[in-house]
Amino acid sequence: MSTFSWITQLLYVLAASCFVLGLHMMNNPATARRGNQVSTTGMVAAIAVTLAIVIHAGAITATGWTVMLAGTLVGSAVGLYYARTVQMTAMPQLVSVFNAVGGGAAALVAIHDYMRLTDAGIHVQTSTTVTTLLDVIIGSVTFSGSIIAAGKLQGVITSAPVTFPGARVINALLAVVVLGTGGYLIATPSLLGLLAVIIAALVFGVLMVMPIGGADMPVVISLLNAFTGTAVAMAGFVINNWALIIAGALVGASGGILTKLMADAMNRSIRNIIVGGFGTGDTAVAAIAGSGSIQSVTADDAAIQLAYASKVIIVPGYGLAAAQAQHEVAALADVLESRGVDVSYAIHPVAGRMPGHMNVLLAEANVPYPQLKEMDDINPEFARTDVALVIGANDVTNPAARRAGTAISGMPILDVDQAKSIIVIKRSMGHGYAGIDNELYSDPKTSMYFADAKTALIELTAAVKTLVG
Amino acid sequence: MSTALLTDLTIFILSLWVGFEVISKVPATLHTPLMSAANSIHGIVLAGAMLIAVTANNAVGYVIAFVAAAFAAMNVVGGYVVTGRMLKMFKRRPAAPAVPAADGSTNGRSA
Repeated sequence: MSTFSWITQLLYVLAASCFVLGLHMMNNPATARRGNQVSTTGMVAAIAVTLAIVIHAGAITATGWTVMLAGTLVGSAVGLYYARTVQMTAMPQLVSVFNAVGGGAAALVAIHDYMRLTDAGIHVQTSTTVTTLLDVIIGSVTFSGSIIAAGKLQGVITSAPVTFPGARVINALLAVVVLGTGGYLIATPSLLGLLAVIIAALVFGVLMVMPIGGADMPVVISLLNAFTGTAVAMAGFVINNWALIIAGALVGASGGILTKLMADAMNRSIRNIIVGGFGTGDTAVAAIAGSGSIQSVTADDAAIQLAYASKVIIVPGYGLAAAQAQHEVAALADVLESRGVDVSYAIHPVAGRMPGHMNVLLAEANVPYPQLKEMDDINPEFARTDVALVIGANDVTNPAARRAGTAISGMPILDVDQAKSIIVIKRSMGHGYAGIDNELYSDPKTSMYFADAKTALIELTAAVKTLVG
Repeated sequence: MSTALLTDLTIFILSLWVGFEVISKVPATLHTPLMSAANSIHGIVLAGAMLIAVTANNAVGYVIAFVAAAFAAMNVVGGYVVTGRMLKMFKRRPAAPAVPAADGSTNGRSA
């Protein structure tokens, strides 16, 4: 091994260490920003080392240089533009697009390497073929799947589950094509065979995400994020580059953890999601006699409860994000706090459309992060709470989850029903994702405020202000 | 099975474990920035895109190298900038940075 190789490898390890350190510093909002800068320092180092390798190799053509630099510039410009202009509500789409291009780039690296080997008539080793196949399959599925996911999130493609008869048969056929051709390629290298695998994987990505409903998006995005990382790591195997392997593995682990957390929070197993397809099942409705009567409340009455409370917990859900009412809820909290009311937010892991989404929306509305409480931290506090204000959250507050035999049994929920009184802002008595009655709504301590989240919060804030003078 | 593959596999598996350890400590509050930071980190595939530009010698190869470099650079730059933008919004109490949370103290105007 030459001195040059030694130095470049060590610098790659240094860059990888920066990634680990940067991710470690994300364990606290106070250090997270510096963490992001640390991992970027690692990235700059890795790119600089690669540039040195490219120059040192000396084999690159003028066109090669042009293509490399032009591609990097164009990609950077597009990335910068979207990163600067994206609305926080549209973050899930952006992350999906980033997953797509990451997976696509990883697949392209392996495809090119395979082309080079077969063109030159070099014998492709079995290990190279296997990692190339894994990279190309995972990368292609991620690419097409993430684009569909982004389209659904953006509303370009319907967010309702799209299913058609025979989808399972087609999926099975695609799997046969991929496995059969893959096996063939190990024995006989063929560019055409690889192309068949790519097409099958791209179609599979589309078919995998189309049947998924909007409520499942947090799991899907996390899973595709894990896929992207894995594809990048496989690309590292193909071109024998440690930086790609380590960074890809870190991202794979991150996506894996988030997928597990989201699946748990939605009461579904990862196996059920991957094998059984998304948005299927979960139709079994265990009807519970919703005999209790529903009480509704006016803005003025709700305002009195809130203004004279000493502790209020706000429970924001998907409905708040959909109504884009994060600024309105922060305004109400401000008015209450100026009266000395202790206000905090209870954030369920799947509130919003991607992991942690609700926190970002509230942070954007200037809510200080110490007020944003995770489920396990806030649950013991509900018993000491005067008013729990539920805004657009449904299944995650349903006490039925604690009992066996319902569609949401075992799902972790926020213990909203422990509060002394509960106000629920909701557009109608419609069901949540699980399709069952929410027993919280018929609780004698609960009053329902039927309105759109944004309108309701504006009215409530005005009523509290009038009341307090 | 070559030594290189064994080394790569070792690095991969150990990195996965390190990833699980480090990332399981990231609070749910920061999961969205974590994902966009992950986007930025898997932009390391830019190194791969640069290296394939070295061996590219025909039109198809150049197109692949161009698209791969553009995709990867989009991840690196976009992921970094948007993560920074989000993390900047996470503030402790704007007026008094040292005050611990949830004691209900009258904090005056906090906007």
